[in-house]
Amino acid sequence: MSDANARISSIVNGSDVVLFMKGTPLFPQCGFSNRAVSILDHCGVAYESVDVLQDQEIRQGIKAYSDWPTIPQLYLKGEFIGGSDIMMEMFEAGELQQLMLDKEVARA
Amino acid sequence: MPMTATEIEQAITAALPGAEVTMTDLAGDNDHWATRVVAPQFAGKSRVQQHKMVYEALGGRMGGVLHALQLTTSAPTS
Repeated sequence: MSDANARISSIVNGSDVVLFMKGTPLFPQCGFSNRAVSILDHCGVAYESVDVLQDQEIRQGIKAYSDWPTIPQLYLKGEFIGGSDIMMEMFEAGELQQLMLDKEVARA
Repeated sequence: MPMTATEIEQAITAALPGAEVTMTDLAGDNDHWATRVVAPQFAGKSRVQQHKMVYEALGGRMGGVLHALQLTTSAPTS
């Protein structure tokens, strides 16, 4: 397993909820990342965020890891859930909140 | 060079025959599109799989020249 993949795998499996994003929750650097942050804040769950702008290896590696071409990317208990669009669709349908309950994700 | 609405639509319908594609220009700059795709091929597929099918239809331009494509997908309900 490549170094990037190993690093990503440990990050993804190290917390219940992990958001790979551009910028930070306080200072998102992209509209889609900003939307992902506000969705997670609405869900009221604790999450780890990773600023891919600070780490080019992670920025490219995460796209290969999930076979998904864009950032942000959400992981729940190690599983890739989707990007900002899918998070929005799931949130609007109440599916994201239910999934977090089903997977017993820690509250913020 | 960003893709035009017609190019995006044609790429999707070529790869997903029978798909209904609705384009909405979010910023009037030919680079921020909201796209809704309803395709029979999505039946039984997860959202991630459906979106990946569209990204494949766009030939790897997603995340490159196609920076901001807001995508929603579903299988036909009837």
